[in-house]
Amino acid sequence: MSDATLATPRRPPLALRYPSVLVFLTLLALFTLGVTILSEAFGIGLISTSFVKTLGKTLCLCLVALAMDLVWGYCGILSLGHMAFFGIGGYAIGMWLMYERTRLIVVDSLAAAPLPATPQEISDGVAAQIFGVVGASELPPIWAFAHSLPIQLAFVVLVPGLLALVFGWLAFRSRVTGVYLSILTQAMTLALSLHLFQNDSGLRGNNGLSGLQNLPGLDAVPQSTVSMWFFWGSAAALAAAYILCAWIVSGKFGSVIRAIRDDEARVRFLGYPVETFKLFIFTLTAVLAGIAGALYYPQAGIVNPAEIAPIASIYLAVWVAIGGRGRLYGAVIGAAFVSLLSTWFTGGQAPDIDLGFYTIQWVDWWIVLLGLSFVAVTLFAPKGIGGLVDIFFIDRRSPDRHGADLGPDAGALREQEAEK
Amino acid sequence: MTAAIRLFLTALFCLATLPGLTQDADAPIQRLLQEHREVISESSRRTIGPAIDALAASGLPEVRDVLNRWQAKEMWLNQGSGLFVFAEEIDRDTIRIFDVADGSEIGTVADNGYEQLKPNSGIRGLIGAALVQFQLSDPDPVNRARGLDAIERDPEASHLEALRRSLDGEADQTILARKMRLERLLTIRFGQTDAERIAAIESFDGDLGVDVRAALNPLVATRLDAAEALPDAPDIARVLKPGDDDLPRDLAYAHLVEVGLAKPKIDRAAKRAALVANIDAGAVAGVQVASLDDEAARDMAYAALADQGVVEPVATEAETNAALATHVFFERFVGAPPAVALAAQDVLSGIEAKVGLNQALDLGLDAISLGSIYFLAAIGLAITFGVMGVINMAHGEFIMMGAYTGFLVQQIVPDYTLSILLALPLAFAVTFTAGVAMERLVIRHLYHRPLETLLATFGISIALQQIAKNIFGTQARPLTSPAWLDGSLVINDIVSISYIRIAIFVLALLFLALFLLVMNRTRLGLEVRAVTQNPRMAASMGINPDKINMLTFGFGSGIAGIAGVAIGLYAKVTSEMGADYIVQSFMTVVVGGVGNIWGTLLGATLVGTLQKGIEWLNPSNTLAAQTYMILFIILFIQFRPRGIIALKGRAAEA
Repeated sequence: MSDATLATPRRPPLALRYPSVLVFLTLLALFTLGVTILSEAFGIGLISTSFVKTLGKTLCLCLVALAMDLVWGYCGILSLGHMAFFGIGGYAIGMWLMYERTRLIVVDSLAAAPLPATPQEISDGVAAQIFGVVGASELPPIWAFAHSLPIQLAFVVLVPGLLALVFGWLAFRSRVTGVYLSILTQAMTLALSLHLFQNDSGLRGNNGLSGLQNLPGLDAVPQSTVSMWFFWGSAAALAAAYILCAWIVSGKFGSVIRAIRDDEARVRFLGYPVETFKLFIFTLTAVLAGIAGALYYPQAGIVNPAEIAPIASIYLAVWVAIGGRGRLYGAVIGAAFVSLLSTWFTGGQAPDIDLGFYTIQWVDWWIVLLGLSFVAVTLFAPKGIGGLVDIFFIDRRSPDRHGADLGPDAGALREQEAEK
Repeated sequence: MTAAIRLFLTALFCLATLPGLTQDADAPIQRLLQEHREVISESSRRTIGPAIDALAASGLPEVRDVLNRWQAKEMWLNQGSGLFVFAEEIDRDTIRIFDVADGSEIGTVADNGYEQLKPNSGIRGLIGAALVQFQLSDPDPVNRARGLDAIERDPEASHLEALRRSLDGEADQTILARKMRLERLLTIRFGQTDAERIAAIESFDGDLGVDVRAALNPLVATRLDAAEALPDAPDIARVLKPGDDDLPRDLAYAHLVEVGLAKPKIDRAAKRAALVANIDAGAVAGVQVASLDDEAARDMAYAALADQGVVEPVATEAETNAALATHVFFERFVGAPPAVALAAQDVLSGIEAKVGLNQALDLGLDAISLGSIYFLAAIGLAITFGVMGVINMAHGEFIMMGAYTGFLVQQIVPDYTLSILLALPLAFAVTFTAGVAMERLVIRHLYHRPLETLLATFGISIALQQIAKNIFGTQARPLTSPAWLDGSLVINDIVSISYIRIAIFVLALLFLALFLLVMNRTRLGLEVRAVTQNPRMAASMGINPDKINMLTFGFGSGIAGIAGVAIGLYAKVTSEMGADYIVQSFMTVVVGGVGNIWGTLLGATLVGTLQKGIEWLNPSNTLAAQTYMILFIILFIQFRPRGIIALKGRAAEA
């Protein structure tokens, strides 16, 4: 026997193990290029700056949907709290943006004063500017590092990560699973949003942080350019996250987390530290959500506690389910499709339908349509839009097991569903 | 022309009525009024006092009538004779006059010889006070009670004497008790001797009345004082240390400055203004302006200015500390002599302890009523989630549907009692139907996929919510309770509970009984339990699991509808009302322990008590209460993941 046969066989490269990576990256690159060419700042100006922002925000939503897919579609943890991490990321970067911009304004206005300003006067001025709206005039301790971009950038990653680590550790170690975990994560995000709704939470209560679209010190750069910077940033982050997620789910690690999804107890009996795997995925996806939020809110311009309300996280689950969970591109398709469609419907662009006795105005009825189509997807098309890929491109059919379960667990896909 | 005719007519009138216009100028009351004619006709708040006092002190029986008429602007002055009369205006120019002594009618005359006395509100107040003592011995108990009301509203030292005098003749026991209580309250405030006041104070030991605390609180008022050494005075309430919670250092120093024991300090803005005022050729007292960008440099520049005598010298930090260290700060009683104040303080602290106890009781009642609301909201879930294991996120929307059903019934049936009685079964019917439809169409297909049930029912939930919003609009709709549920059961000044909360509590108990009855005593309950534990075995025993699941789900949903009517009475009906309760409801079921109704009851009580308890610790902030409650529940589930009452054995694995 030669050494060659004993050596571990070389794993094929990621692109081969997970072919959608190449397709996805190519499409994303083409899309980015197309938007750049059509943009006002760097191209022929066919699409408006606000639409560029919408597209950039959509990319961020795709990123957080990717995280949701990893934690729910692959690891089976239906977290109804990932938008809380998304919001925390937004708050972390928003604090710096708001503080720094206000500081520049205050310094400007104090420059005209007869005496040069002391640091105390500047920070008092900033506090009065930011917190006048909630009737406070001192910077709360939570803003201690708001002057420093690197520290706040670190918070974008660290705060959601730590919160997810602590929460996940508490939840997983006491074996809270399934719907209980979902409700618990929902309670977490509800508690967080209620906390932020208070004026004395130190983050401006329900006013939230605003004016985030203006980068401090870059007033001269037009919004059309800034929006393209964020668009590129979002696209790059999405690409990197896609590669990371594909790398995670395509290896042995991916097999373990899928096994946890299908039968947690069996994986535990095989000797895997199930809690550690779940905790890792939960924390990693929280960090991804935080990064997505940090890219999203400077484009949205405002972050407030309503963005963290439990409903937001449930919409996230809706996107992933409609796009098709358990496949990375499904999450991206779902987030992009539903959020753009939602923008179209709620923006008043969709034509009203006149039934004669009643006019359906989509601004009012879109949510109803979304809710019902979500029920329909859950019932009739558990694979979501991504299932179309199986039919048209890969020609992968589910095996016929004559009515038996497709997986080891009663919750796994069943024959009837697989055929749909 | 008209003036002439009027004059003529008046003259005629006077002539015609002249013989009847005699009145008794020597009656005692008229004489008394005449003594004070000057001030009475002048009608000035400042000078009228002696006249009213003299009238009140005269003891004449007519005084009361005079004061009443005067207060009602029915007393006139005959400008010719200078005598006072009572008068009624008949029309613009004529009046009917009466004698002040016996009220007998004198005649009807033109009003140009008479001047109406128009006491202003200040004088009317004085007259009212003088009237009090008459009122306190009025034969009509209603008037006596009114007199007491007036004293309670605005007590004066003079009332005390009047009150004491009226005690003897009082026959009505209730009014006598009120008078005696009021007498003691007034003694606390206006008593002549300290001993008398202290006795009155001590008689209120443990009394919960708001009036007692209102009377005692001003007595224990204190004023901050400072000295080099603690004086040996009896009126020192307590000694304070600068830097305590009750006396921040800034406040302590400000007090020293105020009483002239220390040099003033200057705040940043004033210092800055002083520096700006003294900028001279780009420098302040020789310090370059550009270098004045921190507080230390500004302090130096200011000190230099002070040395030059341009600005007042101010205390430095070291001087401040020294001044605070060398003085003792204490509070003196200023509301009453020390002995009285100390007695009041003792009684007050006793009262406060009792108030605290009663507040705890009140809080307990609040907690129970909030708990019953959560229980009502959660009991339907205890069936669909607890017994069947189906996560129904649209449960809150069933509550909302029930509430809107109640609202619609009230639009059609105007009688509130009848409409509530109609609404309860109708709400059950509506949500039962909706529940059965949902079970047949959606949930039936998802029994083995709990996560997807959660999501699908959530889709239904947002759709239902939006449909309600489209139909009923976003504004809150009222659901009015019948009149017999208005008001509240008042136990004492602190403890009270509204009847509607009692009704909700009773309703919650009824539901508990209904649930136990259906589950343990009926065939349906037996079959439900059988199907939940082992559907296949149940099916082979001849039970139709499909039908049982459908009915159970309908039953749980129907109860949610009835809960919706009850919650709608207590809160407003909006399209989001269900969403407000859904997380708490799930928490209630999960905390209590899934699959056990007693657990749900305990969970609701726990959640209600917790929320009220946290609200009590931080009363201004109900948001914080909810936040901390949820955090507590998250932690609670760490330690008892299966809830307070955990199912054991086979049932737990089902």
